[in-house]
Amino acid sequence: MASHLPPKPTAQYEETAGGGLAAGAPHAPRGMMRWLLTTNHKEIGTLYLIFSLTMFFIGGIFAMVIRAELFQPGLQLVQPEFFNQMTTMHGLIMVFGAVMPAFVGLANWMVPLQIGAPDMALPRLNNFSFWLLPVAFLMLLSTLVMPGGAPDFGWTFYAPLSTTYAPPSTTFFIFSLHLAGISSILGAINIIATILNLRAPGMRMMDMPLFVWTWLITAFLLIAVMPVLAGVITMMLLDINFGTSFFNAAGGGDPVLFQHLFWFFGHPEVYIMILPAFGIVSVIIPTFARKRLFGYASMVYATASIAILSFLVWAHHMFVVGLPLVAELFFMYSTMLIAVPTGVKVFNWITTLFRGSISFEPPMLFALAFVVLFTIGGFSGLMLAISPADFQYHDTYFVVAHFHYVLVPGAVFAIMAGVYYWLPKWTGHYPHLRLSQWHFWLSVIGVNLTFFPMHFAGLAGMPRRIPDYALQFADFNMVTSLGAFLFGASQLLFVAVVILCIRGGEKAPARAWEGGEDLEWSVPSPAPLHTFETPPDFKPQQH
Amino acid sequence: MRKRLVSMAAGLAFTGLSQVVLANGWNMPVGVTDVSREIHSLHMIIFWICVVIGVVVFGAMFYSLFRYRRSQGAKATQFHEHTTVEIIWTIIPLLILVGMAVPATATLKNMYDASEADLDVMVTGQQWRWRYEYMGEEVSFLSNLATPRAQIDGSDAKDDTYLLEVDEPLVLPTGRKVRLLLTSDDVIHSWWVPDLAVKQDAVPGFVNENWVRINEPGIYRGQCAELCGRNHGFMPVVVKAVEPEQFDTWLAQRKEAAAQEAMGVDREWSREELMERGEQVYGTICASCHQPDGSGNPPAFPALAGNQTLMDDRERHIDTVVNGVSGSAMPAFRSTLNPVEVAAVITYERNAWGNETGDVIQPSAIAEQLSD
Amino acid sequence: MAANGDQQARQTGVRRTVSRTLVVLAGMFVFAFALVPLYDVFCQVTGLNGKTSGSAQSLVHADMDTTRTITVQFITRGSPGLPWKLETDTRQLRVHPGESREVVFRFRNQGEGPSLARAVPSVSPSEASLHLRKITCFCFQEQRLAGGERLEAPLVFQLTPDLPDDIKTVTLVYTLYPVEQTLARRYLGFISEGDQA
Repeated sequence: MASHLPPKPTAQYEETAGGGLAAGAPHAPRGMMRWLLTTNHKEIGTLYLIFSLTMFFIGGIFAMVIRAELFQPGLQLVQPEFFNQMTTMHGLIMVFGAVMPAFVGLANWMVPLQIGAPDMALPRLNNFSFWLLPVAFLMLLSTLVMPGGAPDFGWTFYAPLSTTYAPPSTTFFIFSLHLAGISSILGAINIIATILNLRAPGMRMMDMPLFVWTWLITAFLLIAVMPVLAGVITMMLLDINFGTSFFNAAGGGDPVLFQHLFWFFGHPEVYIMILPAFGIVSVIIPTFARKRLFGYASMVYATASIAILSFLVWAHHMFVVGLPLVAELFFMYSTMLIAVPTGVKVFNWITTLFRGSISFEPPMLFALAFVVLFTIGGFSGLMLAISPADFQYHDTYFVVAHFHYVLVPGAVFAIMAGVYYWLPKWTGHYPHLRLSQWHFWLSVIGVNLTFFPMHFAGLAGMPRRIPDYALQFADFNMVTSLGAFLFGASQLLFVAVVILCIRGGEKAPARAWEGGEDLEWSVPSPAPLHTFETPPDFKPQQH
Repeated sequence: MRKRLVSMAAGLAFTGLSQVVLANGWNMPVGVTDVSREIHSLHMIIFWICVVIGVVVFGAMFYSLFRYRRSQGAKATQFHEHTTVEIIWTIIPLLILVGMAVPATATLKNMYDASEADLDVMVTGQQWRWRYEYMGEEVSFLSNLATPRAQIDGSDAKDDTYLLEVDEPLVLPTGRKVRLLLTSDDVIHSWWVPDLAVKQDAVPGFVNENWVRINEPGIYRGQCAELCGRNHGFMPVVVKAVEPEQFDTWLAQRKEAAAQEAMGVDREWSREELMERGEQVYGTICASCHQPDGSGNPPAFPALAGNQTLMDDRERHIDTVVNGVSGSAMPAFRSTLNPVEVAAVITYERNAWGNETGDVIQPSAIAEQLSD
Repeated sequence: MAANGDQQARQTGVRRTVSRTLVVLAGMFVFAFALVPLYDVFCQVTGLNGKTSGSAQSLVHADMDTTRTITVQFITRGSPGLPWKLETDTRQLRVHPGESREVVFRFRNQGEGPSLARAVPSVSPSEASLHLRKITCFCFQEQRLAGGERLEAPLVFQLTPDLPDDIKTVTLVYTLYPVEQTLARRYLGFISEGDQA
């Protein structure tokens, strides 16, 4: 198969006048100031990824506290109020601090490289949106040492537990979420502006790699729902500090309204965390099957339909809140519909493998595990969509199992697949093969030991967010905790692989993976600071 | 021959495994109501549909992974579109979904029909207990966690019903349709008993309804399912289902007992009697927040031992118990405790753990205050 | 130069994209707040959360549907921190759709000083709120009672004849909530002095 690679890199990558839209300063500051002030998409991408990894470990430590307490029945290590703070902070940090910034980091690095752009469209804004994050999360983490403790009302912060009955630190929680939200919004604007305007000449929308497509759709979702989140937390702020009654029944408000607003944001948010994962997997599988992605167009349409449907399904999180029958039926049907485009994606991935020439490098291992385990999460999602059955599943560990299957071996595995896939491009070295394989297998075993027994615990009747449980749940919880410790510990291997890869290892050529067809493989490895200052000559594949 | 053996072994392993997995304690309970049975069978149908789809999809995937390994010299065949196939695999899932939606809709309609109930019970969630009121029967009581602190902190061995036991269960008749009206005094709670397949949120200021008709007598245990603060995990639901005649007798006795205690209001109570009754009330109602030794859990739950503000101001103490404190976790006990209980618990608090006010509060004084 | 022209075009494109996304953003933020009144309207149209109308409605003159008898239950509840009592002697009534009835409720402030409270209504099943017309209700406004003061207030209601057949019991719940005189409310003038029952 002839590749459509643009001409080999030439002298165009050497120091040239800081042209294009990249506002590269000619006399770049050194040391700390360089990272603080950088407007380069690759450096900002790196910052996002480091931040995300840090948050992944902090959120992970909170998860370890939770699992240690739940290792056996009884209260051993922490008090219930601290346990609630841990579940809340674990959720908030993983969602807003680890998964979302990781995808933004990958987008920063790879979107310009995949579309042949010299940088993001708005480099200075890019710097600002990154530096909002450390501020936001330092503020959020500092609530742990405030009087009354950190937020303890779950990452879904249902009113009135999060308003009338909330700890004093809630105001800080609201501000930090505002900052994180602004950061996401600015990041999304930047990505949209980059993708719509900075594509290499000749690259049409339907020529873009799927990672770019899924991120474009994700960015639109962010623009649509982050302001709603901002609105909801502003209402909370007003209820707490200024005596309004948006969610307070005493003043004529309605606590259920909070849930409607939250999930109007929250369900699209769930897809914000999974659509870019679809994109990553859709570029990795063809590379290692040495075969073009099956059904490119239907992948794009499926992603778009999932995004649109995500606005019509929010109340499936509220089946037991007392919705009228008509609403239950509507949200049940619309939720079930999501299975169709999701199924199309899975079928396309598998058909891409069919009659390919498949090899199992670390990125491929993670991508394949993603397909299997995400699909399992999809099955439990389908079960949860059946409203009458949800009366039994709702708010149990079955739900915890479901969303961890789509978020951990789903989103997180896809991020790791992406990191392994692009590490040679970033560092110029291949990741250590043996260590990567160990990391993969331990992670897969750990993840399943952790989350599979949760299905049984939930079906048997264990509610979520409890610090202590009845004796019949003891065995499941012990296995889950052991799995969690294994999974947590094996992530140290990941750090080792990344550090080793930065420091050295087998040299990678420009096209680090034999089947890599996208534009990023046309620039040298490691990618120089400035790439595509002259737009590449893009020749689309025949669709 | 060998192939057949292998497939037989695989089949056996599969049935064995599914037996274990579907056994009690691993799967959703079948339950003891018609609705819970319907939900269970719905759950099993969807589960098996997912298993079949999973076998086909993962089968195809692993076949491809195995058959087209590059290490075995596989060469990629380039094809990347097939409209017919793509349309087929959009339509087939759609049809399967319609097949799932039909029984689900029927079950849901049945679950929503709470009309023509034989008995109405109001269920009120409070941080962190349930209050049950048999409407029109003048019988109401609180239902608190009965598991002793010592079992939770591990100094005593745990019972079989650890964390799933209450001081007073909700008693319901079998065979009668019971309508449940749910609301809350503070945050959102969720009343859940898996065997009855009833899970319904209790939302402050609003009333939800659900219903249940229990087929078999027995004790059914569940828990609060919506995060409601500190003791969310310590807020069990226990339902005791008895034959209708037994239920009628029980209800009559409860009414009688309530009337008895109401009469006790008029007589003079001794300090010892009040202290004894007060310790009992304190243990079931107050100790979960203010701790058995009155040390509290500041700042949310102030200490009572050595609480000078309260000890100096008897009226305020009474007011706090009777009317609660706005914007805090302290509920009003005016409608949940009778005058005897209020008087006893205040007397106890004012004379226990080194609080030596010597005050004796008579039920008649409280009754007067409550009625005027 | 062509390259320069290209860059110009890109810059303009970026600016256009950014300003458009900003408009969408602002729109969505406003939309979030607009959802609050929209939700109320939606609830009133569909009976979503069992909230009843906050103001008096007129009696619908229609024939009584004597073929059906509906049980209407009344529940009153207090709330923490409010020394008030709300009671009624009528626990339940049997009414025909189309019939209008009056039920008397008694408020009592058992506290020392004057205070403000409001009885917040809720209806179950929530669909019934569409067919419940309140001609007079104490729940339309806040009540101000001096310490020890009592007040009798009527509820006049009607269930319209188009009440669905499957609704046989309607439960009206009134929960007393304290009305807090917060700074914001005072400055915004939500409470005027003469605002009494």
